Amino acid sequence: MNTSIDARTNKALPPRRSRVYWALADGLVLAKRNLVQIPRVPELLVFSTIQPVMFVLLFRYVFGGAIDVGATSYVDFLMAGIFVQTVAFGSMTTGVGLAEDLQRGLVDRFRSLPMARSAVLTGRTIADLARNAFVIVVMLVVGLLVGFRPEAGPLGWAAAIGLLLLFSFAFSWIAAAIVLMVRSVEAVQQAEFIWLFPLTFASSAFVQTDGMPGPLRAFADHQPLTQIIDAVRGFLLDQPVGSAGWQALAWCVGILLVFVPLSVSLYRRVAAR
Amino acid sequence: MAHGRPAILAEGLEKSYGETRALGGLDLQVEEGTVLGLLGAERRRQHHRGSHPHHAPQTRRRAEVTGLDVVKQAGELRSRIGLTGQYAAVDGYLTGRENLEMVGRLYHLPKSYARRRADELLERFDLVGAATRLVKTYSGGMRRRLDLAASLVFSPPVLFLDEPTTGLDPRSRLAMWDVIGELVSGGTTLLLTTQYLDEADRLANRIAVVDAGRVIASGTADDLKARVGGERLELIVTERSNLDAAARVLAPYARREGNVRVDADRRHASATVEGGAKLLAAVVRDLDAAGVQLDDLGLRRPTLDDVFLALTGHAAEQPDAESPASTGRTGGRRDKEVA
Repeated sequence: MNTSIDARTNKALPPRRSRVYWALADGLVLAKRNLVQIPRVPELLVFSTIQPVMFVLLFRYVFGGAIDVGATSYVDFLMAGIFVQTVAFGSMTTGVGLAEDLQRGLVDRFRSLPMARSAVLTGRTIADLARNAFVIVVMLVVGLLVGFRPEAGPLGWAAAIGLLLLFSFAFSWIAAAIVLMVRSVEAVQQAEFIWLFPLTFASSAFVQTDGMPGPLRAFADHQPLTQIIDAVRGFLLDQPVGSAGWQALAWCVGILLVFVPLSVSLYRRVAAR
Repeated sequence: MAHGRPAILAEGLEKSYGETRALGGLDLQVEEGTVLGLLGAERRRQHHRGSHPHHAPQTRRRAEVTGLDVVKQAGELRSRIGLTGQYAAVDGYLTGRENLEMVGRLYHLPKSYARRRADELLERFDLVGAATRLVKTYSGGMRRRLDLAASLVFSPPVLFLDEPTTGLDPRSRLAMWDVIGELVSGGTTLLLTTQYLDEADRLANRIAVVDAGRVIASGTADDLKARVGGERLELIVTERSNLDAAARVLAPYARREGNVRVDADRRHASATVEGGAKLLAAVVRDLDAAGVQLDDLGLRRPTLDDVFLALTGHAAEQPDAESPASTGRTGGRRDKEVA
C-alpha cells in the first residue's frame, strides 16, 4: 500500500506516553473540534447570548424598580445573578451537543479508535468552558452599558471569574450525566430546564432571600447557586464574602468529584451497547 | 500478527438485543488478505425463548482479530482495525481535511504526520477539491468515501465494512467498489456485511450466508451457486392469459417436478433446469405447439439471489435508500446533514 504511515511497518508510532497524558491530549483534540464548530453554527451562540441579555433588560428595567435590595443599586446586585444564571443555562449547550454526538454516528467512529473514552466528555466540557468565558465577557459589556459599576480590584475580578469558570465546568459535567441518562436532544432540553429553572429562581440571583417564605428561603439559602452568586457578587462589588466563597468552591469541587466519574462510567455503558 | 492464524476468528458468538437474538452461535474465519462477505436476512431474527439448543459452551465463545482477543486486548486491537459503518461517521461541521486530521490525532499521530496522512487520503479518495468544504455540503458518495478514508488513517491490516454502498447511486457505488478492490489487492483483510448480493459476488473471496444469527452456508460464490445447481430457464409471455399454459409446458423440464415459479404481474415463469441449449430448443417447440407467444426467453446461471432463496427460503432483505434506519438516527437541528 502506498502509505507513509503503516501500523505494520512503523511500530514506533505513536509515542508512548501515560494514559493521563493521552486522556488530556484526546480531550483537547475534541475540544478543538467543538470550538471550531461554534462560528460555523453562529445561530447557536447568538441565541444563547440573546436570552441572558433579555433577562438583564427585563430585570433592570421592568422588575428592578420594584425590587428592594438595600443599599446596593439593583443593577449592581443583579449582574452576579445574571452571570451565574447564564453559565448555568449554558450547560444546556453541553447537553445538546453531546446528545447530538450520541445520536449521529460519530460516536461509533470514536469507539473504534484507540483514544481515551473520557475524551468525548472532556472535549465537550472544555470547549463549553471556553464558550462560557466568551459569553461572560459579552454579558459584562451589556452590564456596563446598562449601568453596572463593579468595584472589584484585580484580586476580586480574578476570584469572581475563576469561580464562574469553575462553576461552568462543574455544571457541564452534571449536564453530561443527564444526557447520558436521557439520550435524546429533545428530552435533554426539557430535562435540563426542569432542574435549572427552580435552582436559578429560588436563589439570591434576582432578589434577596429574606423575603421568601420559610421553607423556600431555607432551600434558597443552602443551595449551591446562592452560595456561588453571593460569592461572585461579593467579589465584584468588593463587599465581604463571608463563608459563601469557601462554600461555593466546595460545591464546585464536590460536583466535579461526583459527576466526572459518574459521567465517564455512564458514557462507557452507552458506548458499549 | 500471529502467523498461521486467521486474521479474523469467531467461535460461538452470541448477541441478543432484549428478546431478539441477533447472533445465535456465529462461527467465522477470515484468512489474512481475503474478503469474507456476510449475507444476512434480518427479518428472521429469532425470538430468544429460554435456552437455545445450539448454545455453545461458555469456553468456546471467543473472537480474535489478528490474534488479539477482542475483549481482553481491545485497546491494542483498536489500532489494527478500521471500521466503516452504515452511517457515515464523519462530522458534518468540520471540513474533509479536519475530519481526517482529527482521526489521525486520535490515533495519536504527531500533528505533522496526521496532516500529511490526511492529504494522502484526500488525494487517493478523490476529495482534494472538497478538502476545505464542510462535510455537510458533501454528497452521499463523498461522505462514504471520506468515512472509508477515516477508517484507513492508520492503515489497519483488518477492515470491517458494514453495508458500504447502501443508499448510494450506481456511479458512487462502482467508485466505492474500485476503492475497496484496491485495498484488498494491497493485502487488507476485509469483513464485509452487505445485503446486496451482487456486491458480495463482486468483492468477496468467500461468502457466508447468515440466517437467524448462524452461518448456514459458506464458500466461494461459485461453490454456493453450484450448490443450487443447474441453470434457470426464464420466460416472459406476451399475454398474461397464456402464463398457465407456459408453466405447464415448463413443468416437465424442471429439475424437480412442479418447481416452476410464476409471477403473474411480470408475466414471468421460471424453472431450474439441466440440459443447456438443446433443452432450450425443445422448450421453444413445445411452447409453439401450445400456442404460447413469448416476449422473452433465456437461460441464465444461478445468481446469489437464487442461492439465498434456496438456502433461506426467502429473498434477501433489500434495503432502500430512504429506509427509516438511515434517517432515524439523526435528530434535531442538524437533520439535513445526513444524506
